[in-house]
Parts: sequence; C-alpha cells; structure tokens
Amino acid sequence: MRYLPQTKESRKSMLDAIGVSSVDGLYKDVPGAAFIDGLADLPLHAGELEVERTLSSYANENHAAPDGPFFLGAGAYYHHIPASVDHIIQRSEFLTAYTPYQPEIAQGTLTAVYEFQTFIAQLTGQDIANASMYDGATATAEAALMAMRLTKRSKICVGNALHFDYRAVLKSYIGNHEEAAIFDGEPDEETACVIIQSPDFYGQPHGYEAWRKKCDETGALLIVVINEIISLGLLPAPECADIVCGEAQSIGIPMGFGGPHLGFFACREKYVRQMPGRLIGETVDEDGRRGYVLTLNTREQHIRREKATSNICTNQGLCALAFTVHMALLGEDGFKNLAKLNHEKACKLANAVTEINGVKLLNESFFNEFAIELPKPSKDIVAALADKGIIAGYALDDNQLLLTATEMTSDEHISAFVAALKEALS
Amino acid sequence: MTAEHKITERLSPESHDGNRGLHYEENLLWEKEHCDHPGVDLPQAENISLRTGLPERGAIGLPQVSEPQVVRHFVRLSTWNYSIDHGFFPLGSCTMKHNPRLNEKIARLPGFAHAHPLQPAETVQGALRVMYELQEWLSELTGLPGVCLAPAAGAHGELAGMMTIRRAHEAKGQGHRKIVLVPDSAHGTNPATAVICGYTTRTIKTSETGRLTIESFKEALGDGGDIAGMMVTNPNTCGLFESDILEISKLLHEAGGYFYCDGANFNALVGKIRPGAFGVDVMHINLHKTFSTPHGGGGPGSGPICVTDELAPYMPVPTVSHENDTYRLEYEDERPESLGRLRGFVGQFGMHVRALAYMMSHGADGLKQVSEDAVLGANYILSQLQNDFHVPFEGPCMHECLLTDKGLKEKGIQTIDIAKALCEYGYHPMTIYFPLVVNGAMLIEPTETESKDAMDRFITVMKSIAEDAQNGDADKFHHFPESTPRKRMDEVKAARQPTLRWRETS
Repeated sequence: MRYLPQTKESRKSMLDAIGVSSVDGLYKDVPGAAFIDGLADLPLHAGELEVERTLSSYANENHAAPDGPFFLGAGAYYHHIPASVDHIIQRSEFLTAYTPYQPEIAQGTLTAVYEFQTFIAQLTGQDIANASMYDGATATAEAALMAMRLTKRSKICVGNALHFDYRAVLKSYIGNHEEAAIFDGEPDEETACVIIQSPDFYGQPHGYEAWRKKCDETGALLIVVINEIISLGLLPAPECADIVCGEAQSIGIPMGFGGPHLGFFACREKYVRQMPGRLIGETVDEDGRRGYVLTLNTREQHIRREKATSNICTNQGLCALAFTVHMALLGEDGFKNLAKLNHEKACKLANAVTEINGVKLLNESFFNEFAIELPKPSKDIVAALADKGIIAGYALDDNQLLLTATEMTSDEHISAFVAALKEALS
Repeated sequence: MTAEHKITERLSPESHDGNRGLHYEENLLWEKEHCDHPGVDLPQAENISLRTGLPERGAIGLPQVSEPQVVRHFVRLSTWNYSIDHGFFPLGSCTMKHNPRLNEKIARLPGFAHAHPLQPAETVQGALRVMYELQEWLSELTGLPGVCLAPAAGAHGELAGMMTIRRAHEAKGQGHRKIVLVPDSAHGTNPATAVICGYTTRTIKTSETGRLTIESFKEALGDGGDIAGMMVTNPNTCGLFESDILEISKLLHEAGGYFYCDGANFNALVGKIRPGAFGVDVMHINLHKTFSTPHGGGGPGSGPICVTDELAPYMPVPTVSHENDTYRLEYEDERPESLGRLRGFVGQFGMHVRALAYMMSHGADGLKQVSEDAVLGANYILSQLQNDFHVPFEGPCMHECLLTDKGLKEKGIQTIDIAKALCEYGYHPMTIYFPLVVNGAMLIEPTETESKDAMDRFITVMKSIAEDAQNGDADKFHHFPESTPRKRMDEVKAARQPTLRWRETS
C-alpha cells in the first residue's frame, strides 16, 4: 500500500468531519448487488521488489532487439535513442503533467509541442501539422475521413502497397459510413482521396508528380503516408500532397512491442478547420509576452460535441516530446546523416544477401527496407533463424521476406545473418 | 533612468533573457545560434551512390544545436509546467494520481522496450503474458469477461465500444437501430463518438438531483425500437452514482439496447464495485486515470474495453489467448465476427506494462482501498467547502465533488477567475465549466494519493479565495495569475490569426 498516504487516524478524522461512521455510508446510492463480496479474486498487494522481480522475469522471456542481429521493420523500426531523450521525458514536469488546458502553468508542454508541429511541417514540406495522433494507422484513417469531409465524396483510392494494419484500420473507420468504400487503382470523379505510401510497404520509394496530376484531374485529394520518417532526410518531401501523415516512432521512441508510437498529421493551411486532433498556436499574454495555447478547439469534441471533426481528446504528448528532443539533438546535419546511414546499411545488406544463391532482390529501389525472394518458404526461414537468435525480418506470402537495416545494423550482424540464411537454405 | 530600469529594458522578454530568480525565459530551437555540428555523433555515412531511385532531398531548414544546449533548452521549458509531482492536481474526471516510478523502470526493461510486435510469438511470450494477465485483471475488476487492449486512449476506447455495439446489432439483424441515448451531463467525447459511428444522439435530461431518473430515461427511450444503446458515465460527471441504474439498464435491455459505460470515473469503483453487476455491456478503462500510467502532458493514454460474453465476438482484434502454456494473438481469421482493427499492432503496450505493475503492487486489497480513499477524500473536501461555495447537488458524492460560482458570480468573480487564482496560489485548478448541466461548474477530484494534510492546505486556499471573492475585489481576480511564467493568454488572438508553427519570417 506504498502509494496510499492515509493513516487510520486521518481516515477516522475525515469520516468524523463528514459525519458518517464508515466509508460504506458514502456508497449509499450503489445497489447492493453491484458490490464485490469481500475482495476481488486477484492476488493481494505486492512489494516493489516482488513486482519488479516478477515482471523482470516476464521481460526476460522476450527476445529483445539488442540481443542479436535484427532485420525486422514493417512499420516499427529499431533505432538508436540518445540518452538525453529519456532523461528529458522522465522529468516530472513533462511526465506527470496533464493536457495543457491551463496555459499559464503549462508553457513547457505547449512550447515543446509547438516545436514538434514545426518539425513535422518542415519534414513533410507541408504548411502546418497537429500536436500528433495515436499512431500511423489511425492518422491515415483520420486523413481519409478528413478528405471525405472536404470533398463531400466517399470513395477512398489506395494507390499502392499500404501497410496492412493501416489498411485494416482504414477499413474499420470507413465502415462506419455506409456510403463509403475503399478501392485499389486510380481515382475517378467520385474519389475523395488517393492514398500513397512512400516508401511503400515493400520499401519501394515513390515519386508524387504523376499522382498529383491524377488528383488534379479528378478533384481528389492526395494523401501521402510515411511510416519510416527518417526517409524524409534523404527522399524528396511530399510538398505537393494535400495531407501527409504517418508514423514518427523512428525518432526517439522505442518499438515497445507496438506502442506507444507517434502518429503525425500535416496538411495545407487552407484545410486547418477540418483537421482532426489537437493544435497549439502562438499568442501573447496580458503583458504582451509570447506564449502558446491550445487553439482552434471549436473543431473539437469538448466544444462541438456531436459536430466535432473527430472524437480525439488527447495526443501522444510525451512521445511528441521525445521526438522533439531527438530531432533537436540530430539537427539538420545529424538527421540527414542518419537517413544516409540507414540507406547505406540497407545497400550493404542487399549486396550481401543477393550474393547468396537463389536469393533475389525484388525492389527496383529502396530506402532502408526491401523485399527479397527466397528458394524456400519465408515463414520457415524466419522460424529457423529465430532459433539461432536472429530476427530475420517479416515473412511475406510464400517465399518473400521483408528486410530492414538501420544505423543499428553492424557488419557483424550482416555476416551472421548471411551465414545463417545460407545454412537454412541449404 | 535608473540603472535597474536599464537592466530591465536590456533584458526584456523579447531578448529572451528576461530571467528573474528561478524564472527563466527561453527562445525556440530555431532562434538559437546554428552550431556547425549536431548534438548526436553517429558514424558519418559514406558517400555511396544512392539506390532510392529519387533525387536526394535538399536543405530542410532544421535547427542545429549542441547536446548541452538541447538539454538546457528542454529543462528550462520543463520549469514552466505544473505537474502531479509538484503538488495537488484536483482535476475532476481526470484522476491525476501519483505515477509510480517503478512502472517507468519496468516499461524500460529491454525485453519490453525493444521487442517488435511482429516478432515470432515464441520470442515474445513475456510480452504476451503481460497483455493476457492485464486482460484477466480488468475482466475480474469490471465483471465483464471479454477484454480488448488495443484502443489507444479513452476516446478511442469509446469508439471501440460503440463500434462493438453497432457490429452486434448488425449481426443480429438490428442494424436499423440508429439512436444512442446520451445524458446532457456527458463528456463531449460521447456524442462525438456516437456520431462517428454513424449514430444520431438523443439527450436524456439530468434531474434537479444531478442524476438520471426513470421518468426522464423512459421519455428519451420512447418505444425503444430505434435505440442502439446508451452512453452513460457512472459515477456521472456530477460526481454522483446513478441510483436508478439497475432499473434504467433493465429497461434499456428490454428495449433491445446496449449499455455503454464511460469508464472515466472508474477510480470510484475499482476493487469494490463491478460495473458488470449494474447492467453495463461494454466499458472502456482509462489506464492513464485509474491505473496510474502518466498523462505525459496529453498522452499517450490507453483505453482497453471490457465487454459481456454476448458482445465479445464483435470487439476489435487482436486479443491474447492462452492455451497449453503458450500465449498468442488472435486475429480476424480466428474471430471472424470481430469489427476488425482500430489501431496498428497490439495497442499502447508500454502502458499495459505500467498498468499491470500498478495493479500487482496494489492487489485486490489495495485497489479496494484506492476506491474508498478516493471517495473519502472527495467527501471530506465537500464537507469542508460546502459553506464557502454553492453545492448544486446534495451529497454524499463519489470520488469527485461539484461546486459552482453561484453567489460569487454576482460579485463579478466567476469560475474562470477562481481557477486562475488557484494557479496564482500554486495549484492546478479543478475541472471548470464541466459538466455543462450546471452553470460555472468546478469539479474537484483529489484521488487517493493525496494526504489529509495536502487536502487541508488546498481547502485553506479555497476558503481564502472564497472570502476574497465575497469581498468583491474583482479587478484583482481578473488579472490572476501574476506569478506564473505567463499571465492570462490571449486565446481569441490565437484562434483568429492561427500561427501553428515557427517560420523564418515570424
């Protein structure tokens, strides 16, 4: 009970002050049948040491990325996180603050998120960005809903290989609108938006000009999805898009078995009033000093209720802070170097694996991720290598395998992987 | 001009050096001197020829500063924030309780922090076990057997819950049910969620006792043939338990509707009362409220849903199952009636770890004490302030108490002024102007992690504010707070001329 400050005496003196004899007197509106008889059927309280011991034993049952060669990506990436990032986000003032509803005593969070919005706008080549979204998949679904509101159309065109989770989440969200539909291919006059992922799910980077032209011809909006944000240090910015959204986990946030991650959402300024999510804006205080506030909340649920642009109530505040600290540490040169380093490692990996007999590179081009074809079923290969402590990538259908390299990938990792792969294929 | 004045002028806030004592000014990253090397020294990439198939990106315009400057920048910014570690944070319906650092330590163990969600299941048994056990704890505490941990936040849990209801109706040929009943006291997310799910809302009126009545419910229900369900927070947003909830849920069920319970106020019930036992069919749980995962300045949260056996087939995927000593994720192929995915991967796993560490620490006995101490604290504050502020509804309350500015407003001092006075006196204000059903609402939730001493100090400050307000020094109140890093902010300007990012010209 180390988290409870009350004593027997303080409880009694409060009961006396209220004028009831026991705490149960305060639950008089609750029907008797709803009470738990005695205690819930769960373990009793445990000390800090005991909890740490139990949960550490669970953690030790997992294979973690630092435990061996690691080539898995597919929407969540293993990257270096500078020590200062975790130090800053564990500061009480950031970690244990609430959503900045009272700007006079929340300028720390507000200023940092304003910097986050600026970073995202710069990286995506867009005018503005919001304070973040749950993850890349929900950001993409919200982007499609926003395009439906703006165009008053209800068909969603998926132009290339979109991450399977993003597509599934999009399908669930769109399913709430009876007239809405998702289709693959090219936009027509009824299309609300075209969704292009780059690099796509198989790691292939895409240019946007041809899609921009098709959108202009049909009146659809162009949504660009990025799920490896480090690629924006090397690949051209999707400046011509109407909305750019996706996943920013790669900067400052561990893979964490899938979350929390960091969705981002950027768009052109003219669409701001249809944007989902929180926005921080600059203003001044009573003395004319610069400061920041949550703004344009007439779009939001707590004001608009059933007319809100989305039901979102928070962002991924602390993850956005981690991203902002990491970006500040990287700076222009560091970010571009990181992107190049990723690409360089992927080139090395591609060269090494394609030297193996029967292994074929499927991508024309790539950033830090690409698909290969193997002479054997990829699921079997992934399982065989996992037994040797190598996380071999994501098994696509049949004999195809999706591989990722990052700045964490060493030459030794690549050699060990190639040797193990050769053996598994022989 | 005196020397003091010269210094003040030279060190104006515009120069970003207007520091006083421990109050620091700080400029933005983009306004700092550009350093010729970054704050991170990864190996330098070789200049290999690119295989991206696209031209290399040019200058982005990112700022560049050294590591010491970055650390100092964010530490200085942090000093402008109030937090639960600073002091009492009585924000109603938000459950700002102590965030144990043990949970942070455990979430950062490499086996949790650096595991990938698509690794083979046999390499992540420990992570799946955490999720499975969390499902079991939530199920036992709510009395609702089906649990899905995927939703990323409270509002996302609402969406998951209401989509589950919609899916169930469609599966039973009841897809024509399109109306959701929502009390006028509900959180704004409730009606917003209902509409996103393709529903129309109909309002249930709160009575003068701050509760729903069987009459008002029946009036909203009508013959019930078009009702998909109701979204009710219990305890409600006035801090009161809905005393007719058994009868109301029975009427709803008879009419063919489902009861969605907003779990924002579960801290009043945890370990002591099971929502499944007062008729709830589906409920979201805010791990960042009841189960102490940090609010982080606005996320990440986590909003698992708990549902009845009847609704379990329809809830989102994935869920974790346990057979033959093995844990694994179940997807659509095994749960074909599921509404599908609502988030990438498995959900906010890091929050699942923290919440489980918290639950194990408290145990069944500690969690029951959490509820009791939370309810006791709120009633204690109510008992001490009821003569100083207007109390719209008679107590006892549950884990939060509701006051209003009636009687002070007439002196020119409103709820917003009382909130800003609290900022001046070193507190985060309570929730203000919510619920909407009373004018000038002030909703105070102390949580179980405040000592009596901390509450007494807060009570003293509130009494002083009430007395000052009664004395009618409205002008002083209108300029609060004065000692904070910034005074009252011009929110109208921010909305009229939105500036949402730094630009070189600005």
